[in-house]
Amino acid sequence: MEKSLVINPDKCTGCLQCEMACSYENEGVFNPSKSRIKVFTFHQEGRFVPYTCTQCSDAWCQHACPVDAISLNLVTGAKEVNDSSCVGCKVCTISCPFGTINYNQSSGKVIKCDLCGGDPKCATACPTQAITYIDANQTGMDKMRKWASVTDNTSTNTSANA
Amino acid sequence: MSWTGKILRINLTSGDITTEVLNEQWKKEYLGSRGLATKYLTEEIDPACDPLSIENKMIMATGPLTGTMAATGGRYVVVTKGPLTNCVACSNSGGFIGAEMKSAGWDMIIFEGKSPEPVYLYIENDKAELLPADEIWGTSVWSTDEWLHNKHQDPSLRIAAVGRPAENGCLYAGIVNDLHRAAGRSGVGTVMASKNLKAVAIRGTLGVGNLADPAGFMKAVNEGKAVLADNAVTGQGLPAYGTQVLMNVINEIGALPTNNMQDVQFDGAHAISGEAMSEPRKSDGRTNLTTNAACFGCTIACGRISTIDQGHFSVKNKAKYWGNSGGLEFEAAWALGADNGVNDLDALTYVNFICNEDGFDPITFGATVAAAMEMFEAGDLTLEDTGGIEFNFGSAEALTQSVELVASGEGFGQDLALGSKRLCEKYGRPELSMTVKGQEFPAYDPRGIQGIGLNYATSNRGACHVRGYTVASEVLGIPEKTDPLTAVGKPGLVKAFQDITASVDSSGLCLFTTFAWSLENIAPQIQGACGSEWTVDYLLEVGERIWNLEREFNLKAGITSADDTLPARLKEEAAKTGPAKGLVSQVEAMMPEYYQLRGWGEDGIPTDETLKRLSLKG
Repeated sequence: MEKSLVINPDKCTGCLQCEMACSYENEGVFNPSKSRIKVFTFHQEGRFVPYTCTQCSDAWCQHACPVDAISLNLVTGAKEVNDSSCVGCKVCTISCPFGTINYNQSSGKVIKCDLCGGDPKCATACPTQAITYIDANQTGMDKMRKWASVTDNTSTNTSANA
Repeated sequence: MSWTGKILRINLTSGDITTEVLNEQWKKEYLGSRGLATKYLTEEIDPACDPLSIENKMIMATGPLTGTMAATGGRYVVVTKGPLTNCVACSNSGGFIGAEMKSAGWDMIIFEGKSPEPVYLYIENDKAELLPADEIWGTSVWSTDEWLHNKHQDPSLRIAAVGRPAENGCLYAGIVNDLHRAAGRSGVGTVMASKNLKAVAIRGTLGVGNLADPAGFMKAVNEGKAVLADNAVTGQGLPAYGTQVLMNVINEIGALPTNNMQDVQFDGAHAISGEAMSEPRKSDGRTNLTTNAACFGCTIACGRISTIDQGHFSVKNKAKYWGNSGGLEFEAAWALGADNGVNDLDALTYVNFICNEDGFDPITFGATVAAAMEMFEAGDLTLEDTGGIEFNFGSAEALTQSVELVASGEGFGQDLALGSKRLCEKYGRPELSMTVKGQEFPAYDPRGIQGIGLNYATSNRGACHVRGYTVASEVLGIPEKTDPLTAVGKPGLVKAFQDITASVDSSGLCLFTTFAWSLENIAPQIQGACGSEWTVDYLLEVGERIWNLEREFNLKAGITSADDTLPARLKEEAAKTGPAKGLVSQVEAMMPEYYQLRGWGEDGIPTDETLKRLSLKG
């Protein structure tokens, strides 16, 4: 079963445990600036939003790479960067519509989320379940359930944000 | 290891910036952060110096766990001699700048001398430079933050800055980081501004590692996170209501100081409580609280993010304050609210915003306004003195006008900027200042919670709850319940809390973890990061050593046992209502036993034997 990272910003507190877990897994140090997942703070609105690669099926980064350094992991569905092939040309960073693949100055390669080989450390580290790793075919279930709970056959109720 | 082993030394007088290696011996004796920075300060300045003179130094320090994945490992401290107390000052802050400093490669930054012109320090990993701050001098913390982010075109830059009151000599100005976290107490911001240093802006991308036992560290960290999540206080109460979960609790046990500590219960407590922050407002249907928020690495997330009702008188036509910002914590809500008899939640939130925007301590500010109100009602302060403001208890208008005057340094704001001790002396009523060693009390009345009174009286930075939070035991039953109304057994409790706290503060962790964690949970995390020698017993020894080091500093600064006491009101005027009705603080009865347990003489001076036992004397 393929699984996906699912992000619920409403539950995020901005603690950066995900960024530390990611950088520790990939770089061996706690270093948010080298994390593949980033939490953005919208101060005026009082919102925290974690953001990372969604592993497109038909991936712009993969198509754009001139040296075929980005490949599909058939088990996890992740698009993974092969460091020995990557030449650091950054074309993938231009082609990705979401900005979730980025250049790393210290290695001269690009870095992106690879789902930690099927055990994403960001999801494990998150203390509020703002980041979960679930069945890729079921990522909308929680939202559907929430809307279903306020739906009846007598009126139109749009207060599903509770 | 976890320390970077590197110190940045900034000589503001000459502009010289040098690096040095962390003292290995002191690191083993003092751990980091509060302990280690106090050791450096003690070695480098004369404790008797004028805190606002060129002789004083200011140290920003991280702990070995700062910047790691240990839950709450984002704390940093500012250690200096404080102008409010003339004692050692150590103000601790969360947010994100501590971890950023560590990730830039620095355990500590030592500031000395005074810059001839306003400057700010810009750090990008190994690169550090002093840059002109003329354009931001005379502006608020929030303006400074915006200006620096724009100038450096770097949204990831972490910034700590002082506001206008610090520049104007307000004695309780703090250093605000990440817009609404603060090294808030004892006037550390005033010291920073006295050196013509406006801000510190840091970008660190090196990361924090160098763990002694990586696998052991991660195991201890994960176990610690599970304990925090399962605990009722750290897993439920604090995330839901923040520290404001305490407002109704402390009021009910009759220990919520009210109207400048004349009373111990406040009729309006619920209206300014954490529960009230989550109730929809009548006007716009929104709640005061938008969301909770975490500091770096914190899995508790007690921070409050709030809005003010746009129709409230305090923010009418001031769109700048209509968005979200740091909301009320319990100490601020108490000092601004109950202690002034003000039950207007929006007004308190506005005043708190201004304290953050311009960088001053809402506890001391609120308690100073309370003293002004009592003097005004007694006729010691006149309308002429206050510039026409009616300082009556319960007046939200007097409170909001006061905060604006302290922020701008105008009119009666100059008197309020002195703190209550000097204000009350100036107007002939010194006994109305509710302070120890010049610093105002936090939100727990020593008549209703006996142990905390002894902690206030003996705290090395003046009245302070986070030097030995016996409220945990006396009210919440953590780690075990003691009777808040009795003095029996409290000297030992106070000493234990003070020593453990000094140790936790020196690790880079947040004290709030100790609602759920004992040193048995903390030691394995420090051991994983720093080495197996950091056992529970050794951490207790380190805590006691730090406490005595601070005491030695204060004694050399001129403090005596006569300063280890509470205002007469708390020792003579009994609580009028609630469970503590009829009681006064028994602080003086507790003091001999406390001195004895500390290994101090009857004069409050550590004996030679104690100093030798703690390696404070050869």
